Amino acid sequence: MSNTGTTRISRRPEASGDAPASQRATDPVLAVGRRREKYGLAEMLRGGVIMDVVNAEQARIAEDAGACAVMALERVPAQIRAQGGVARASDPEMIRSIQDAVTIPVMAKCRIGHFIEARILEALDVDFIDESEVLTPADEAFHIDKHTFRLPFVCGCRDLGEALRRIGEGAAMLRTKGEAGTGNVVEAVKHLRQLKSELGRVKQLAPEERMSEAKRLGAPYELLCEVAETGRLPVPNFAAGGIATPADAALCMALGAEAVFVGSGIFLSEDPARRARAIVEATTWWQDPAKLAAASTGLKASMRGLELGTLKADERMSARGW
Amino acid sequence: MGAVTPGVLALQGGFQAHLRALGPSALEVRTPEELARVDSLVLPGGESTTQGKLIELGGLKPALDGFVRSGKPVFATCAGLILCARYGWLDVDVKRNAYGRQADSFEALDDSGTRRLVFIRAPRIERVGPGVEVLASFNGEPVLVRQKNVTAACYHPELAA
Repeated sequence: MSNTGTTRISRRPEASGDAPASQRATDPVLAVGRRREKYGLAEMLRGGVIMDVVNAEQARIAEDAGACAVMALERVPAQIRAQGGVARASDPEMIRSIQDAVTIPVMAKCRIGHFIEARILEALDVDFIDESEVLTPADEAFHIDKHTFRLPFVCGCRDLGEALRRIGEGAAMLRTKGEAGTGNVVEAVKHLRQLKSELGRVKQLAPEERMSEAKRLGAPYELLCEVAETGRLPVPNFAAGGIATPADAALCMALGAEAVFVGSGIFLSEDPARRARAIVEATTWWQDPAKLAAASTGLKASMRGLELGTLKADERMSARGW
Repeated sequence: MGAVTPGVLALQGGFQAHLRALGPSALEVRTPEELARVDSLVLPGGESTTQGKLIELGGLKPALDGFVRSGKPVFATCAGLILCARYGWLDVDVKRNAYGRQADSFEALDDSGTRRLVFIRAPRIERVGPGVEVLASFNGEPVLVRQKNVTAACYHPELAA
């Protein structure tokens, strides 16, 4: 730390992120300052649409349509699903080409538990890291210790317990998992409703009931108490997984999502630029059916989509992670 | 005189933190009709490209011009400052993301040592016009400015609370 009053967060890991946990807990700058900057960017993405893109041209289309960020990846989830094989973090060259193409934040995915892929993404200076079940998990037991990174992480969740476990590990933002690459919003709805219902229940608990609930959910007790007192998650929660239309995006917002991720739904549709713009409008004016009707008009064909019943258990990406 | 109703432009970005700070009387503004109901307006941070497109798509530009001209108080942060410069609501030149990407986001004290500044992919004010008052600076550069009824910051006071 310099003596100029500047508490600039150094990009050298030894100066901030890798401080021992005991120091993090007692140093107000490390404990609070880093949280503010990480959670701050998540706050700035609210009400927006984060779009999956696989090249610079798609990134520019997304930015022109009003995306608040892009997710750089080599294949959208529907292609990963169709082609099979191991899905890994993207080629740095491809990520750089997207960073050069747009001025909005660029996110990228690493495999669950693959902290080296995450370090590589950090070295590339992406704006947000998604520890994502869309890629093939690298660790069946442990997610990444996200406190040790200077960049913010987003992670997937299906319920309150999973959400609080990820926050406990240092996630600055959550997204309900849905079922990526299906163009079917049913799982996203299920996970949003689950979260909403559990948040409501925890809020009603008497203080002496909270420890048992934390045990039952497998959630850190302190975070559960925070949720019980505020009635909301301590970080923003966005929706993901299967959103294909402006109406899908508005439905997720109505169920409590604070922004939406759209993966395969845009660039596997017939008119991506138009659909992207329409989903941006629907995410802002989700309470206005007349505006939603206008945004939904003349979009040409959406991605085809999958009936969830046709997926085998091991084809469900949302079941990855714990 | 009736109670004063604050408003927060809620098209995209960090509007929730401002709404919480302003309390239950604050309204979310997404349409010209909603703008007509508020006595002051916060232009929050977020992505200025996204917010600018939504202002055009929502037909809000003439209403916002009128609001600023009416003399009602406007407070802008980050992306809101960029919009103020772009639409001529403030006589300043601003460079987007001038402090770098997310890894370069930081927290600091201003030059007077009294304000805690949270910078997130922050814009830099590169020129201030003659009618613009500099209220706070950081490393000698303006970070909080005022021109008549419009006050704007490069940083996020709503996150430092």
